[in-house]
Amino acid sequence: MTLSVTAPSRATHQMADAWRRQISLRRLYTVLGVGLLLAAMFASMWFADEANAGHFFDRLPHILDFLSWLIPKDWNDVWRALFDIASPHDTGTQEFNFPLGRVYVWGGFYIPEYFELMLTTVNVALVSTFIGFIFAVPFSFIAARNLTPHPVLRLVVKRFMELLRAFPEIVIAGLFAAIVSTGPIAAIIAIGLHSIGALGKLFYEINENIDMRAEEGLRAVGANWFERVRFADLPQVLPNFMSYTLLRVEINVRASTIIGAVGGGGIGEELKLSISRGFGAKTLALVLLLFTTIFIIDQFSAWLRRKLVGEQAFLMGA
Amino acid sequence: MATMTAGEIRSIEERYPQVFRRPLYKRFAPLFLFVGILLYLVYALWFFSLPQVLRESHWERLPLFLMQWVSYDLQPEFRLDQPEITPKYPRFSALGENPNPDWVIKNADGTFSVLIDGPGKSVTFDKSKATIVANGETVPVLLTGGKPVISGPVPDWITAHDDEVVAKMGFAGEVRVTVDRVKVRKRFLGWANFVFDTRSPFFGRSASEVVSLIVSGPELKPGTSNLALAGDNIWNNAQWQHGDVWTKLLQTIVMAFLGTLLGGIVAFPLAFFAARNITPNGLLSQVLKRFFDFMRSVDMLIWALFFTRAFGPGPLAGSAAIFFTEIGTLGKTYSESLENIDDKPREGIKSTGANGLLVQRYGVMPEVIPVFISQTLYQWESNTRGATIIGAVGAGGIGLKLWEAMRTNSNWANVFYMVLLTLAVVFIFDNISNFLRRRLSRTIHDYNRIQAEQG
Repeated sequence: MTLSVTAPSRATHQMADAWRRQISLRRLYTVLGVGLLLAAMFASMWFADEANAGHFFDRLPHILDFLSWLIPKDWNDVWRALFDIASPHDTGTQEFNFPLGRVYVWGGFYIPEYFELMLTTVNVALVSTFIGFIFAVPFSFIAARNLTPHPVLRLVVKRFMELLRAFPEIVIAGLFAAIVSTGPIAAIIAIGLHSIGALGKLFYEINENIDMRAEEGLRAVGANWFERVRFADLPQVLPNFMSYTLLRVEINVRASTIIGAVGGGGIGEELKLSISRGFGAKTLALVLLLFTTIFIIDQFSAWLRRKLVGEQAFLMGA
Repeated sequence: MATMTAGEIRSIEERYPQVFRRPLYKRFAPLFLFVGILLYLVYALWFFSLPQVLRESHWERLPLFLMQWVSYDLQPEFRLDQPEITPKYPRFSALGENPNPDWVIKNADGTFSVLIDGPGKSVTFDKSKATIVANGETVPVLLTGGKPVISGPVPDWITAHDDEVVAKMGFAGEVRVTVDRVKVRKRFLGWANFVFDTRSPFFGRSASEVVSLIVSGPELKPGTSNLALAGDNIWNNAQWQHGDVWTKLLQTIVMAFLGTLLGGIVAFPLAFFAARNITPNGLLSQVLKRFFDFMRSVDMLIWALFFTRAFGPGPLAGSAAIFFTEIGTLGKTYSESLENIDDKPREGIKSTGANGLLVQRYGVMPEVIPVFISQTLYQWESNTRGATIIGAVGAGGIGLKLWEAMRTNSNWANVFYMVLLTLAVVFIFDNISNFLRRRLSRTIHDYNRIQAEQG
């Protein structure tokens, strides 16, 4: 066998050059892009630091000071604060008035204040998710390209949901706080309206990807729009709807905590007060309770979602 | 179509017991779920004492507030117990120092006329008598008897109290008449003094006048050009605070950007150690995953409150809060997408004898980078929305400003201005992020297609 070596032709050379040029151009773009991003990042850091009340490098050595108030003198106070048990350190100040907030249910049996507040926050999240679900399901069928009863109606509903999604929640909460008095109802309305938009978007995107054969079958036997949606489309998408709704519950628990902090009642308000006044034991008790609740809800909803739709519920983005 | 015999039906039933003889709990699961939800709703009704709250709520305020979002009112007051009737405007009224609006007319016979919506909705009065005109009706009110007395029938748009007559004229405004004063509220559509406030030398001039002043006018304030003066006056508009609002808006954007980017930078290397298929060490992976869960579960609110306490209120605290939450969220999503990669490219690179780092660089990164960027963009988008609300607890940005404007319950036009700006920002950033993600998903598509073609 002879080895034939032919010199690379000019065309090959040209191709190789073009390839190299392209690679170096791409590298240049990458470097430029990363450089731009870094520049934007450092500019942002400077801007954020400049606009802040305390500056980063001034405050950095004092980070641990801020932790010092958080660590209670008596660790048992955390439990006492959590379960509303009288503390021996009680001197009549707000810092240790643990038994004051007890919510008596039956005789001497009480729900500790923080558990009651946590319950409020969770209930706000659940009710508002329910509101979101109830409205988002019909909206999503109207807004889906393949199922819509009328294209104009579809556009209107889509824009409406976009508006609900983008509208800042605190504005709705603030508006309704002035109407139905501050408290959980305003928070429910705010988070509920937002959930309609958020769930509606996810739902109609699911609807646009369904298998249309069932729908065509029902259309062939003369079913009307409601019958088609109910018997052909809903059964296909319901597990996915449920999965996204559960995800929304997780998000809404967080949202209702935050809305709570700006006047929506619940645990957020108490947490904000406690941190701003520097009540170590109370803050730790609240953080512990909130953290545990969110963790449990997240894990439970993840488990339920896995049962409903399998692993695909966990691939977001892309 | 052939009909089925009873025997065939029975045989099908026997062959598929999982369809025809389902256990009771499965058959009635939807019913149980429905009843459960219903019971929960009844409980929630009781828990939030909804009927009572609804009974005590003021729904009549809603249209009023919404009206204030896009309109403003002027409230001249006319004292009748002074020797001469003169209109008085509240301090800081939208008309400036020397108001002389053309809808307040001093008639030749000494009476005053206020046109609330042209002559069709107006009030004309002197010290003894006020004549209210609206809805095609003319209602004279006598003021001489110690209290206002309406002569003739009282139409339903007028409420006669003991010492005051109130005429409501819908959106246009209202008139309140007592024996010693007439109070008018006239509502205008639009935002008052949006560009120049009443203290500005440009106040009350038409657009062409302002332009000609800027281009060729004499210096209104010695030492500064008119252009600089106009810019300064707009930026420091006392009523709308454009400068402050825009700065705060930028802070919100910066908070979301910085927090998400830094979170991504920190989460990126950690995710490799947290992914089970890349890190053989199970313990490290578990520890990191629990760490991500921790950062996520300690809510953004808690981080925001802590950092506000540590750094003082401002965007630094907000950025830090988003940063910490994002380490958890992005770390989790990154490591999950790392666990879902195709192992073949890695094995190929490994078989050439490349070291660990090179395997990651050439075997894993090309596959996951577009996914990572897409996930980061998604989070950036959602943080841009979230940063508004974080601001309200003191973590900087437009949130606090919005909240303060709402607290007073009077500044709804400013609230709406800020809402519009926020909506615009969210809209723009949504579109940027969507555009970039669509480009990226095309890259992912190409990658998958090439892979499929090459088997």
